[in-house]
Amino acid sequence: MIEYILLGDALVRATPLILTGLAVALAFRAGVFNIGAEGQLLVGAAASAAVGTRLGAIPSVISIPLLLLAGAVAGGIWAGIAAELRRRFAVLEIISTIMLNFIAIHAVSFLVRGPLQEPTGIYPQTESLSDILQLPIIARGTRLHLGFVIAVVLACVLAWTYRYTTMGFRVRAVGAGRRAAASAGNINVERTSYRVFLLSGALAGLAGSVEVGGVTFALYENISPGYGYTAIAVALIAGLRPLAVIGSGIFFGILETGATALQREFGIPSSTASLIEALLILVVLGVGKTRGAALLPTWRRGFA
Amino acid sequence: MDAVVGSTAPALELRAITKHFGAVRALDNASLTVKKGTVHALLGENGAGKTTLMRIAFGLMSPDAGTILIDGKAMNFRSPLQAIEAGLGMVHQEFSLIPALSVAENVALGGRGSYSFEKIAARLEEVSRRTGLWLDPAAGVSKLSNAERQKLEIIRSFSHNARILILDEPTTALASLDVQELFSQLRAFASDGGSVVLITHKLRDAIDNADEVTVLRSGSFVMTAHTRDSSVASLSEATLGTSLPAVNRRPRVATVTGSRSVISMRRVSIRDERGTIVINNASTEVHAGEIVGVAALEGAAAGFLRVLSGRIQPDAGEVSLPEVIGFVPENRHDDALIPTFTLTENVALRSAGSGRGLIDWTQIRQLAQSIVDSFDVRTPDVQTTAAELSGGNQQRFVLGRELSGHPAALVLENPTQGLDVNAATAIHSKIRAARDAGTAVVFYSSDLDELVELADRVLVIQSGTITSVNPERERIGEVLLATKTTRP
Amino acid sequence: MSTLETFLEGTIRTATPLAFAAIGETVAERAGVINIGLEGAIIAGAFGAFVGAGIGGIWSGYAVAGISGFTMAAIFALFAVRLRADQIIAGTAVSLLALGLTATLYRQFFSVTGAGLTIPTMASREIPGLSGIPVIGQALFAQPPITYLLYVVIPALWWWMYRTHAGLALRAVGESPRAATAAGISSTKVQLLAVLFGGFMGGIAGGVLVIAQAGTFAEGMSAGRGFIAIAIVVLGRWHPIGVAAAALTFAAASALQYLFQAMGWAIPYQIFLGLPYVVTLLALAGVAGKVSAPASLGRWKRV
Repeated sequence: MIEYILLGDALVRATPLILTGLAVALAFRAGVFNIGAEGQLLVGAAASAAVGTRLGAIPSVISIPLLLLAGAVAGGIWAGIAAELRRRFAVLEIISTIMLNFIAIHAVSFLVRGPLQEPTGIYPQTESLSDILQLPIIARGTRLHLGFVIAVVLACVLAWTYRYTTMGFRVRAVGAGRRAAASAGNINVERTSYRVFLLSGALAGLAGSVEVGGVTFALYENISPGYGYTAIAVALIAGLRPLAVIGSGIFFGILETGATALQREFGIPSSTASLIEALLILVVLGVGKTRGAALLPTWRRGFA
Repeated sequence: MDAVVGSTAPALELRAITKHFGAVRALDNASLTVKKGTVHALLGENGAGKTTLMRIAFGLMSPDAGTILIDGKAMNFRSPLQAIEAGLGMVHQEFSLIPALSVAENVALGGRGSYSFEKIAARLEEVSRRTGLWLDPAAGVSKLSNAERQKLEIIRSFSHNARILILDEPTTALASLDVQELFSQLRAFASDGGSVVLITHKLRDAIDNADEVTVLRSGSFVMTAHTRDSSVASLSEATLGTSLPAVNRRPRVATVTGSRSVISMRRVSIRDERGTIVINNASTEVHAGEIVGVAALEGAAAGFLRVLSGRIQPDAGEVSLPEVIGFVPENRHDDALIPTFTLTENVALRSAGSGRGLIDWTQIRQLAQSIVDSFDVRTPDVQTTAAELSGGNQQRFVLGRELSGHPAALVLENPTQGLDVNAATAIHSKIRAARDAGTAVVFYSSDLDELVELADRVLVIQSGTITSVNPERERIGEVLLATKTTRP
Repeated sequence: MSTLETFLEGTIRTATPLAFAAIGETVAERAGVINIGLEGAIIAGAFGAFVGAGIGGIWSGYAVAGISGFTMAAIFALFAVRLRADQIIAGTAVSLLALGLTATLYRQFFSVTGAGLTIPTMASREIPGLSGIPVIGQALFAQPPITYLLYVVIPALWWWMYRTHAGLALRAVGESPRAATAAGISSTKVQLLAVLFGGFMGGIAGGVLVIAQAGTFAEGMSAGRGFIAIAIVVLGRWHPIGVAAAALTFAAASALQYLFQAMGWAIPYQIFLGLPYVVTLLALAGVAGKVSAPASLGRWKRV
């Protein structure tokens, strides 16, 4: 019974990791270094909470998708800032997205102490979402909610898109060989990268609204223990493949849930998990390089 | 090999050099002996190992086996720095200069201690007094022409008191006039006691300008001889291993009046990457069923070809192009193929630019297989990645892919560069076949011989104008250099 | 001190760690390597300074800080220079590693006891005479001595880059490692040394944060300074003097908060917290198309 609950917890933890993992994997696959999943998630959570606390009595069937959509759109817009800076001013997205991460953190802090603060004005958080707006639990007795299913389904959709659609092929081509894609394939590389960037932000924003709708039911500071950064490890370990992201996300979910348990039981800091995650990225890099095969898209745009 | 006459040791001697790159044997017991005061040509097909051998001599890599001797003393170079100190200088095929820096800074590279512009300028003065070669030390290298950059590489070697000068394919990027200038410089250097190693695949250059020649084939030493004792026939037999293949040349098609125009350009202007005008308000046409060669200096053709293939827009003027155009660029590794993609995926690449909807992989796989079959691409199957194919097979594949769309026009850039003679012949015959089937073919080649052999007519780009001439060597050279040769 | 003087003093103070990190990164990027792991070097340096100062005093702290940053850079170099892995990913991993490692170690060894743990800090030391110069005297010459080190390092680096063969070699490698190798320079060695220097300086920057400013360690206290420093390198056009100027400009924008607070404007404090990052974005957008990076920056070509 305990294991069942723990597994449920691990999958709950895995949900935002899968979604942000997909976001990062998608972007990296097209050669866009979106390190901003963290900020996009926060913005998505904020939008979702803002809409949710202002929604009247609307049936779940409409309201829940509305909340999720709000999160996705907000995340897409947040990524869009970096995408525009990249397109118009050739600003390296790795810097701009990290800057936007910090801006998002402070923006959330401002919102939960100001415009979005709960009515009593005591706690730095929004009002809690009413029951009908919360994502339904799918496994009785656990906290596992619909968001997990959404994440898995999206992963499958993405995998299918890569393999069977022209658009998915374009994304892969742009990441694997930018010049050939432009010259031999007549692909509009800038437009493809731009769209991927926005979609990546939308996925991360969706992760935020899923967290709010399924776990926290409100917006507050530190709502994310760094999901957006862990997502990088999740994506890389999965070799940027959507279906593998599911497994990778679950693995990290187990790792982090276990780490929290270890901290409770034995006092080992839970930050050990992030340590292991970073080490894993390096291992993947090292193995990929020493084996000589390129594990990742090798194209990179030059500076400024 | 000639016995060494006299007491002077050869300036440079390479004995029994072997080098592997993974499983590939690039050099197998190769040797070279260069006497002092001579110009020595190192001849061989593309891929024979000439550049590898000299890079080893210059310390850029170390051999698996063999010895290097300078002036009779054995050397063990662990870096080019030591080779430079021993008196070697190398002028690389794709220049090893840094465009963002100045002439003086490029000459100073590799030095030690504090750097002063004045000291370098003084050294350049001294070199200029000795050899007559001079460049402004403060000039930015990015502003220099190809000929000037080559001069800089030579000056740099002289500034380090090089006694043995190695030049790697020095004539590919130059116009004939500059080539003559270069060889007279080298001749002067040799009469002064210096030694020159001329790496080239061009028989004519070797016979006309070298004292002795050594031939390499597939990484091994084949022969060495005095050039006065050699003929084009004997050298090409040594280089290729067989007698010259009978050239399968189709009779030249009569002027294609009446054939419809497939590509037409009206009052078009094009600039190159540096912003200089390379085509100025020119007009031209390409017709169905003809092969048009393009001759140009120093990269003036790149923009022209890309406008013709619809990849970029001209800066001014109108271009009318057919819907489907095949394009085979010079740099297939970066521009034509995605190396990590399979052959099938590379075929899908051609139509990936537009269109939504689903990809029918079965159909594409079949298309890929038919390309592989009809263009004789050596590969285990269509699911191998493009990177695993050899250069010649990659080129065959790219050509096949571009022709698979039945384009009305085919544009190629140096289509046989770096390929061995078999692959080159195969490419040429496919190009001719496309022409016979009615495709309009345009190709640029930096190799005048290829232009003469393959083209029905040649467009010469010179000072912004385009002139159409017959495919004859002298005629092309004349227009290219805007000079008139005096006819006897 | 007048408001203006406070503002200027705050500018120099904010600029110091940024300048250290940015100068170090300038050298690395001039060799063609972009070290996203700079953030990791800074946080590692901060933690190292905390431990070192606690054990052996101020200069011990700085020494350990430098070594910690150097170590992070060494890890990065192993993957990015030696193994030729993608620089961006390797750098991101190293930053995450350092952030996680320092947080873990801090919690493990110090969080219980550490709340009240004090370490020796470096106080401001006026330079007599110079500090009396009106307006800028206090700002420039009444700083913790580590800042004075910058005043020496920056011009020294400028001289080194343009007046020695070693500096020329650095610039050459960043433009074309291949051409540099053909001229007899060991491009890989140059890149390695450049990266290690950058990490060392990043570590010192972290040391400044702890020893000369906060007086203690806090998880994540680097707060993105590594990335801001990378932006400063771009803004400064990869030139030591330009980078110093860019760091100052950036710090001035951040120090504006003191001005506003002094004027009593009621602005939510989060705006000031977020301002540095917004300024970075605007500045980067502002120099669009007008800068040219070292030609081989971030790319791997056969050396």
